[in-house]
Amino acid sequence: MSSVRVLVGTQKGAFILTSDERRTDWQVSGPFFAGWEIYHFNGSPADPRRLYASQTSGWFGQVIQRSDDGGQTWQAVGNKFAYEGTPGTHQWYDGSQHPWEFKRVWQLQPSLTDPDTVYAGAEDAALFRSTDGGQTWQELPGLRAAKGHLWQPGAGGMCLHTILFDPGDPQRMFVAISAAGAFRTIDGGLTWQPINRGLASPGELPDKSAEVGHCVHNLAMHPSRPGVLFMQKHWDVMRSDDAGDSWHEVSGNLPSDFGFPIAVHAHEPDTIYVIPIKSDSEHYPPEGKLRVYRSRRGGDGWEALTNGLPQEHCYVNVLRSALAVDSLDSCGLYFGTTGGQVYASADSGDSWTAVVRDLPKVLSVEVQTLP
Amino acid sequence: MIRVVLPQHLRTLAQVGQEVDLPVEGLQTIDSVLEAVIRAYPVLRGTILDQVTGQRRPFIRYFACGQDLSLEPPTTPLPQAVMEGKEPFRIVGAMAGG
Repeated sequence: MSSVRVLVGTQKGAFILTSDERRTDWQVSGPFFAGWEIYHFNGSPADPRRLYASQTSGWFGQVIQRSDDGGQTWQAVGNKFAYEGTPGTHQWYDGSQHPWEFKRVWQLQPSLTDPDTVYAGAEDAALFRSTDGGQTWQELPGLRAAKGHLWQPGAGGMCLHTILFDPGDPQRMFVAISAAGAFRTIDGGLTWQPINRGLASPGELPDKSAEVGHCVHNLAMHPSRPGVLFMQKHWDVMRSDDAGDSWHEVSGNLPSDFGFPIAVHAHEPDTIYVIPIKSDSEHYPPEGKLRVYRSRRGGDGWEALTNGLPQEHCYVNVLRSALAVDSLDSCGLYFGTTGGQVYASADSGDSWTAVVRDLPKVLSVEVQTLP
Repeated sequence: MIRVVLPQHLRTLAQVGQEVDLPVEGLQTIDSVLEAVIRAYPVLRGTILDQVTGQRRPFIRYFACGQDLSLEPPTTPLPQAVMEGKEPFRIVGAMAGG
């Protein structure tokens, strides 16, 4: 029987939730790395025993943890993230230039084919790669050459938070950075191009032609259709049908088009999910009702999924890396909240149950589908 | 032997108790103690001193014999009582949680 392993990163440690394919009975283990912030906790698609965790602390800096046995044992691996060459500067809040300074890893994305190759998205925004299982890290500096001097931190820090691989073309990748925008490489990370045409933030970024400076919160794609990208922007849910060359809005009838995560159904490339949040001033669900919204036609035409979710007095947030889908026949979804709940659905979002209710603030949720 | 007290999170990371004993040969300075800590527990590399700059991380402090040594030059000799093992060298995570 298949099973799932949900990897949860929280503000005070990591947790692993496991269940068989029915996803009704759950075992909870953890906290791992108790007391540390786990910004991201992810598994290798090529070898599900291989896990990576970004363990960080405002006091003690960055640690990268690796497991080779599905989380039973761990070893700290390399944590030296040095920008290539002279780090240079980016734009600061007052318009001056500010030196690039490494703060933490927001995203760890293992390669689709090699468990020893893993990419790390950093704050201050940069992309690093390890090809030795995390022992050493090298920056891909071509990304910061894509107008990095014009990037400016958002309220959450200038973080590279999303890394997507094109399963059909190992040379093509996409990343997203707050508040710089989305970027694409077609040469394996050597050079990068901003892909933000069509994004609009009239109040904050009046220049419609601005190549960078866009507050992209999250990107998603279906592996069978890597040229179609979905984006939750600060405001607006967006779609691209040309691998990011241009974007159009698909927010449709959402009660709010502000939010953080976006995800695609495992078996239906046009079924996508967002979790609307009231506004950037009020980081909680509209009307105090926690609702996942699903569109079955790739945007617009959204339906609220509420069965099993609190529909009154709910004022949690769901962060950008805290929504994941499994690939079981009946697609499962999982998301974690800033209130410490992890909700699971085994039926594409039609109904939900809380697997746990009282974890620390959830920073990330990933899921592995195990044979 | 120099006695070094680590903050809880670093004890967990290094899988040690509250206090570790380290042989530090030659002139016993702040930086020689820190080097000995990292040599004995490589997993702590980057958690006390920044990996790239080599500077003390902002919320790390050093204390010994009731003195705050955090702002002293790294080559500062340790107090005699620390060198004799009578008092520990304390690496502290600052109270900065708000």
